[in-house]
Amino acid sequence: MAELGAGSLQVGDPALNYQERELNERLKRLYPAVNEEETPLPRSWSPKDKYSYIGLSQNNLRVHYKGHGKNHKDAASVRATHPIPAACGIYYFEVKIVSKGRDGYMGIGLSAQGVNMNRLPGWDKHSYGYHGDDGHSFCSSGTGQPYGPTFTTGDVIGCCVNLINNTCFYTKNGHSLGVAFTDLPPNLYPTVGLQTPGEIVDANFGQQPFVFDIEDYMSEWRAKIHGMIARFPIGERLGEWQAVLQSMVSSYLVHHGYCATAMAFARATETKIQEDQSSIKNRQRIQKLVLAGRVGEAIDATQQLYPGLLEHNPNLLFMLKCRQFVEMVNGTDSEVRCFSTRSPKSQDSYPGSPSLSPRHGATNPHLHSTATDSPTCSNGVTSKNKSHSKYPGISSSSSSSPSSPSSIVYSESNSTDSTKSQPHSSASNQETSDSEMEIEAEHYTNGVADSSSARIMNGTYKHEEILQTDNHSLGNGLPADESDQPRQLCGGNQAATERMIQFGRELQALSEQLCREYGKNPTHKKMLQDAFSLLAYADPWNCPVGQQLDPMQRESVCSALNSAILGKGCECSGSLSHFFLSLSHARTHTNTQMELLQFIHQLTGLNNLPDFNYPFQSLIF
Amino acid sequence: EACRIKSPLDHSHMDSSEVTATSRHYVDRLFDPDPQKVLQGVIDMKNAVIGNNKQKANLIVLGAVPRLLYLLQQPTSSLELRTECAVVLGSLAMGTENNIKSLVDCHIIPALLQGLLCQDLKFIEACLRCLRTVFISPVTPVQLLFTDPTVIPHLMSLLSRSQRTQEYITQIFSHCCKTPEHQMILYNHGAIQNIAPLLMSPSYKVQMQALKCFSVLAYENTQVSMTLVNVLVDGELLTQVFVKMMQRDRPIEMQLTAAKCLTYMCRAGAIRTDDTCIIMKTLPCLVRMCSKERLLEERVEGAETLAYLMEPDVELQRIASITDHLVAMLADYFKYPSSVSAIADIKRVRMAIVSPCIKLLLVSSVYLPVFLIQLDHDLKHAHELRQAAFKLYASLGANDEDIRKKITETENMMDRIVSGLSESSIKVRLAAVRCLHSLSRSVQQLRTSFHDHAVWKPLMKLLQNAPDEVLVMASSTLCNLLLEFSPSKEPILESGVVELLCSLTQSDSPALRVNGIWALMNMAFQADQKVKVEIVRALGTEQLFRLLSDPDANVLMKTLGLLRNLLSTRPHIDQIMSSHGKQIMQAVTLILEGEHGIEVKEQTLCILGNIADGHTAKELIMTNDDMLQKIKSYMGHSNVKLQLAATFCVSNLIWNEEDGSQERQDKLREMGFVDILHKLTQASDPNLCDRAKTAMQQYLA
Repeated sequence: MAELGAGSLQVGDPALNYQERELNERLKRLYPAVNEEETPLPRSWSPKDKYSYIGLSQNNLRVHYKGHGKNHKDAASVRATHPIPAACGIYYFEVKIVSKGRDGYMGIGLSAQGVNMNRLPGWDKHSYGYHGDDGHSFCSSGTGQPYGPTFTTGDVIGCCVNLINNTCFYTKNGHSLGVAFTDLPPNLYPTVGLQTPGEIVDANFGQQPFVFDIEDYMSEWRAKIHGMIARFPIGERLGEWQAVLQSMVSSYLVHHGYCATAMAFARATETKIQEDQSSIKNRQRIQKLVLAGRVGEAIDATQQLYPGLLEHNPNLLFMLKCRQFVEMVNGTDSEVRCFSTRSPKSQDSYPGSPSLSPRHGATNPHLHSTATDSPTCSNGVTSKNKSHSKYPGISSSSSSSPSSPSSIVYSESNSTDSTKSQPHSSASNQETSDSEMEIEAEHYTNGVADSSSARIMNGTYKHEEILQTDNHSLGNGLPADESDQPRQLCGGNQAATERMIQFGRELQALSEQLCREYGKNPTHKKMLQDAFSLLAYADPWNCPVGQQLDPMQRESVCSALNSAILGKGCECSGSLSHFFLSLSHARTHTNTQMELLQFIHQLTGLNNLPDFNYPFQSLIF
Repeated sequence: EACRIKSPLDHSHMDSSEVTATSRHYVDRLFDPDPQKVLQGVIDMKNAVIGNNKQKANLIVLGAVPRLLYLLQQPTSSLELRTECAVVLGSLAMGTENNIKSLVDCHIIPALLQGLLCQDLKFIEACLRCLRTVFISPVTPVQLLFTDPTVIPHLMSLLSRSQRTQEYITQIFSHCCKTPEHQMILYNHGAIQNIAPLLMSPSYKVQMQALKCFSVLAYENTQVSMTLVNVLVDGELLTQVFVKMMQRDRPIEMQLTAAKCLTYMCRAGAIRTDDTCIIMKTLPCLVRMCSKERLLEERVEGAETLAYLMEPDVELQRIASITDHLVAMLADYFKYPSSVSAIADIKRVRMAIVSPCIKLLLVSSVYLPVFLIQLDHDLKHAHELRQAAFKLYASLGANDEDIRKKITETENMMDRIVSGLSESSIKVRLAAVRCLHSLSRSVQQLRTSFHDHAVWKPLMKLLQNAPDEVLVMASSTLCNLLLEFSPSKEPILESGVVELLCSLTQSDSPALRVNGIWALMNMAFQADQKVKVEIVRALGTEQLFRLLSDPDANVLMKTLGLLRNLLSTRPHIDQIMSSHGKQIMQAVTLILEGEHGIEVKEQTLCILGNIADGHTAKELIMTNDDMLQKIKSYMGHSNVKLQLAATFCVSNLIWNEEDGSQERQDKLREMGFVDILHKLTQASDPNLCDRAKTAMQQYLA
């Protein structure tokens, strides 16, 4: 593995040090809000996270193709060492086509951790690419859309990710080609893919000045956000900044049920809380039940405490019931749990409650480091053992054994491992917030694995199977507590399973009834289908729809119910309020929220979150 | 005074008379003998007219303006009074266009310009403010600024007085500089040196007005533009200052105006089109101005400026075509209602939707008019948007075949052009036909989309009674549609277009004459005998020969081309030469003897060559010794093209296998042609050499 050697840093080389220094300065200037201790920026291609047909050289910046290049099955990709930190706000890198090789089948783009590397970027789920041979853009699909011009030897292609509106555009030789993708997921890695012999590309993650004036683009967005904040409508309350901020904090605490904190805040600021304490506590109790997977009880409690609420919200009720069904499959709902041998008392100790719902409420620095580490090493199961290294380029992630013969095995094993391990971590239910963050990262790779079983494997089924065998042997080496006692449907109890089937019938009937009363609802249909699909697999936790069983999925249900109780719609108007709303409502990617907030703070000149004694007036400009 | 107010006349219009009565009171106070009371009267008047158009109109009708102007000009008036008078006049000017007209009619402009000679800054500022308001109105003749030659230098000197004088003066300049003469007057009075520092002003308004000045000064003016590129502001080149003003965090208005400045400097030849500031800054900035996020006005201005910038440069066209999906972005320009009926429909539908909502939401109906005003605003811009988009498409597709393909493949593009050709707005029609013309340069499009959408039909309709500028574009497009390979050629011929084209050749406009004859030339290319006869008949030989002496070289070239096309294939040659041989030979002689360029002579010799190919027509040359001598001399001409054409003609004359070829060969041998041909077989030009050899072979056979 010669390219690994080339990837290591040669400390003695003064030219390199100069380049390194320039890189550091440029990255600092472009992404001032990024804390690289927590979220390192991509600085080179990863010698670990690539297909074997990819060769790296020149400090892991140059990529060349070394496969046969017979057909698309010989495509090969490489990801950067790190995902793009959300705190960048706007991220940009460029790739120069050194040689188009035989056919110039080159793809430049982004992909999530775990996406198959035996492919060009864009072909698979959570993968996005712009291809040189036809100029098409590929958005998680094997068929491209006409996008821009073709590109070839000598061209410089840039890729810009706008993390504020989750879009991406490309540039060719410094000219913006327009938006290519929207609704991008977070934590994407810069990725390039090659497919025919002789193809060589060089990356510029900031080592050189960019051809495109990205700083100009960034300045536009900075001005835009400044403008949005400056023009943010505050209605009648002009000049009452302190009151506005206090009510903002208070309503946040109340909304999420931080009863004691809300009371304390109200006392300290001499303000009143609209909702009474018992109501907050009730809501908190219901939320806890949902988050513990005891949806049936949550429904009962809601009906008891807020009579008429669910009757008036048939959609919400249906959503809750579907979730209840899923929890039955999971074996967590009380209707099936009562059949299990565990003591009912243990039900009350849902481990998630200390870090209830909005995780971004907890500003534990440790939480961040774990969150960002896990995607790096991709395997949540073993991440605890991971040593933190300042040079991710050289440090080998612990999931891959250094003696392993081929890098294919790593990347494949990563994705399957994490899929497998996911139900375990949720089954054990003993984790601290650390492990929750890991689940988060895994959920991600899980989604990718979905697509690989559904789509990627079409062409390369046999290949995959061989690799799977490898994985099993690798999986055996996992710590015992992770791999013992495979999960069973409804906790493995026959009576519980029957109850579940019964419940499924009731759910079906409810769906039909709603359909009669309110007309067809495709969302309902999809929910029901997804939930019932779980039963079609021998191992629901490890199936294409298994993601539903993830405890994280409870959060959206929980939030919907909470909002309904508070009588709040989820409507929002104005792009800024929408933006902030999306920040506070984003449930799955807590670290992303925090990072984006960092970006905003940087932008607005606030490097720290204000404390309550801070003179509020000076915050608004 | 009271009597005057309650005059019997006023009683008949009780309602308006009360308003008029108070107004009259204000006017009357201007005549008070006590200067202090006059001053107070003016101040009260000032407070009364602010924002009150009715009051303004009344005061004007009641003759306040001459009195105010009198007080303003009177040296005995206190400075305070004079200043207040200027302020009130400025207020009156803020009203309707009628107000401005009345003020101008009262000679307010010379009075205020005179006032500028005063030393008092406040008074000067008040005068300038009023002048500004008057001059930026479309009803004020801008020439009034330039009547007195001392005015411009004085205004230049006032630029240093204050930020206000800077703002008002630059605004006056940017609105009044409408012609090259105006540009030169301002330029010669040091506008560039005086205004350049204002680009760095701490006041945004001053910066913007200064910037606008440069855009109007540079427009189509090479001298100004050439000077501008060398100007330094605070040690920085002006172009760099403009580039900074285009930064994406600057206000849109500033970005757009700076881009206009650089565009005009580029088009005037002062900046190369491959300069980084054009390719990497101006062009992308203008593309951004076309985006949906911009206001309608900005989108129109952005598209028009961009069209102008890249019109002559294919590289800029290529870059623009890949920048930010511009071609698709422009399609949005058409998503506004196009006809009056559509407007009515939309209003009705929106009313139907909006009203119940308002009732339901118990929202005050105040929002409805606001909404409709917005709609009217959009509708007013609909025409502007469409014509701007057509212009930009025309520019984009001017040279590159791939871009044309991309444009025609844009959703409903051809339909949009077709409907644009028959829109009520002349601006839209003109832009649509420009776009069509640009696209008609594509062989591929002529064969496909143009035919599929029968664009020739609305085009033919457009050619009836259109103004000249539309006619020029439409007839140019028609020329292309009449090309031999265009499937539209047949239906156009059948629609009886010949008469129309012939009438174009009689136009006073050289461009229309060229297009008319050009279209006829294309039409005659490889045409049936019937078509050719029809052309000759409709045009008339008299007109044909008049065109052969047209002062415009282009017209002459195309007429010769028409002749050449008419004189092709043997039966046609003989037929036409038998009826018009004499005149044609005369015309050919005249041209060959005249002072014409090489191309014209070459074309004429080619006609002669065609004549020489006829059966009977040959004899017209063979019997004309003078003509033969001319041909002989052209064979020895220094220009190879002419030698080639002349040799071609000889070759036709002596061609074997034709009746009487022997005699002709003999005659030409006697005249010394063989010697020349022999010499030409040694020519360095391979074509000429080949042709001479072919001709020589006729003798050997």
